[in-house]
Amino acid sequence: MAQLLIKNGRVIDPASHHDGVADVWIEDGVIKGVGVSLPAAGSDVFDATGLIVAPGFIDMHVHLREPGFEHAETIESGSRAAAAGGFTSVCPMPNTKPVNDNATVTSYMIEKARRHAVVNVFPIGAITKGSAGEELAAIGSMKNAGAVAISDDGRPVMNARVMRRAMESARSLGITVINHCEDLHLSAGGDMHEGAESVRLGLRGIPGCSEDVMVARDILLAEVTGARYHVAHISSRHSVEMVQFAKSKGLAVPAEATPHHLALADRDMKPYDSNYKMKPPLRGSCDVTAVLDGIVNGAIDAIATDHAPHPGSEKMQEFESCPFGILGLETAIGVSLEQLVHPGKIGIGRLVELFTSGPARILGLDRGTLAVGAPADVTIFSTDREWTYDVNKSFSKSRNSPFDGKRFKGGPVATVVAGEVVWRV
Amino acid sequence: MAQGLLGIEALSREEIQAILDRAKYFQPREGQSFRKYDLLRDRMVVNLFFETSTRTRTSFEIAAKRLGADSVSITASASSVSKGESLVDTLNTLAAMRPNAIIMRHAASGAPHFLQRYLEIPIINAGDGTHEHPTQALLDARTILDRGAKLEGLRVAIIGDIAHSRVARSNVYLLSKFGANIVLCGPASLLPEALKNIASGVTLTTNMDEAIRDADVIMMLRVQLERQHEPGFSASEYFQFYGLQLEHLKLARPDAIVMHPGPINRGREISSEAADSQRSVILNQVENGISVRMAVLERVMSGKKTDGATAY
Repeated sequence: MAQLLIKNGRVIDPASHHDGVADVWIEDGVIKGVGVSLPAAGSDVFDATGLIVAPGFIDMHVHLREPGFEHAETIESGSRAAAAGGFTSVCPMPNTKPVNDNATVTSYMIEKARRHAVVNVFPIGAITKGSAGEELAAIGSMKNAGAVAISDDGRPVMNARVMRRAMESARSLGITVINHCEDLHLSAGGDMHEGAESVRLGLRGIPGCSEDVMVARDILLAEVTGARYHVAHISSRHSVEMVQFAKSKGLAVPAEATPHHLALADRDMKPYDSNYKMKPPLRGSCDVTAVLDGIVNGAIDAIATDHAPHPGSEKMQEFESCPFGILGLETAIGVSLEQLVHPGKIGIGRLVELFTSGPARILGLDRGTLAVGAPADVTIFSTDREWTYDVNKSFSKSRNSPFDGKRFKGGPVATVVAGEVVWRV
Repeated sequence: MAQGLLGIEALSREEIQAILDRAKYFQPREGQSFRKYDLLRDRMVVNLFFETSTRTRTSFEIAAKRLGADSVSITASASSVSKGESLVDTLNTLAAMRPNAIIMRHAASGAPHFLQRYLEIPIINAGDGTHEHPTQALLDARTILDRGAKLEGLRVAIIGDIAHSRVARSNVYLLSKFGANIVLCGPASLLPEALKNIASGVTLTTNMDEAIRDADVIMMLRVQLERQHEPGFSASEYFQFYGLQLEHLKLARPDAIVMHPGPINRGREISSEAADSQRSVILNQVENGISVRMAVLERVMSGKKTDGATAY
């Protein structure tokens, strides 16, 4: 019987309202107990003195590029990057080739993950066939195959009627609808946030309102349909306000933010460096402030990375020719500590919540807690260990990170999935 | 790192003044041709144009030859770019042939800035997308100064498709550094509000009369149909509201000049009468293009220190 005792760490489990120095006892991939001075008898022991011991972190928004784009990332390489970032579960978006819009693709991803991934992989299915925005995908069978939510991510459903039907289906099936909010007509051709910086650099803009109009539409549709609706990578101040407003009206409208939208504004971009090019784009400083405030006041419920690997051949081009997206898994904890915890905006417990019970609740996963009987996924991290991110040593197959060479205070130390230490620093 | 010329924004007022002063030295005497120098003998420059150009390319070529440099010109369609080579590889290949500078025009904003990170050889930006066209702003400033004016306090109206204009941006940066008052004018769809935050001394208006009133300089811009991705004003409506006509000149200062970076579209953004009027200095701009580019090439390629006007 495989046993692991994680000793003497500060155990923070927001879902069980636990915060204090304790041991975590794991047996056969399941949490057996959390308590003081548990006996080590026969167990492997991990000394977590001075470290935080938390439920396994869940990244509810990643791109693993498999099937179809294995030159950029695979389920295996992405899962190793996840483990090195302190994540025990990741939810890959369906923009693969073929698109994950049916149970066969969902099952393929889950089977690939079972054989090659070192963390849990919970696929997100497409809303519409081919993510073309017209005909609903096989949502029910994808759910039965293991999909945990539906989204057309980077190709948001533009037709409000289709979105309404999708929400109705999702409500009937008890699955969350996630939307990447971007009115594609308003954002067409844009390469960065529309503002003084885009005008200065002569680059075409993606206006904040392209996000806002779709958030507004979707909140209204969520009210009409009663669907569980989630706003992906929220980045604009008006969108944060609207989500806050929806919550105040009692609607179930959670939202996630990415670490890079907490840390960087458009003016922090290295000019014409595609490692700063993603969607939604790095917004203005007042948008960054609004997203940070949204985390503090509860408008935002989760942090997700939108890990989007692209190979150098695609990112080393003229800015306007480069694809959107940056790596995020390995730097998420470091960036989040720097932006949220070290400046005292939130406590460490709230940070853990944003990575664990927050996303688990949004997706309805039986994860994100160290309660007895829960799957033994554990993230062990430090709040003070100094380290430098070297993207050339990344487990990802791609190298597109704006945080290369950045010095961090605090970060992941070990990642435990189903009772196995799958990565340690 | 190589010291090329990527844009006006990063230059100091002193550096700009030094180039303008040197350009004056290179200007031909009344009625004569440009003198030939051997200041850049044994130097080689590559003209790499990924977008069509008549005046800028010819102007750079003549400038290089007048300084005694060898110059090679390449157009994108004739290069390996059409065979699918990446921009970085194309530039690295050319760099391996050891030119002393690469003059480059590209349709993507920031393309030369992106490339300069990977290249030791200095790049001179001959226009990047909708970002900057530094030698155009320098020749415009030289032309304004030739009329005996000072840039400080001058009222300059820049009218037309500001959003897509690299000429406008470079001129705004240059004029702002010298304390000019810059009025940017065009239809709202071509005049982003954020323009007023990119430099000091900038105001915006959608009303052409307001822009021209008391102007010392009227700078018209071409409507860049190739960069606009959606239909805006029809040609006739555009001319009616934003085309320069002789009557407009009555609103400006009596000695105001009319400029245009070319190529001009008569009847679209400027009437023939205005383009050919006594006020027009459009051909002076073209002529100054050569002397300004001689000054820029010398600065980039001579290897001399250029710490201000006295450096020459």
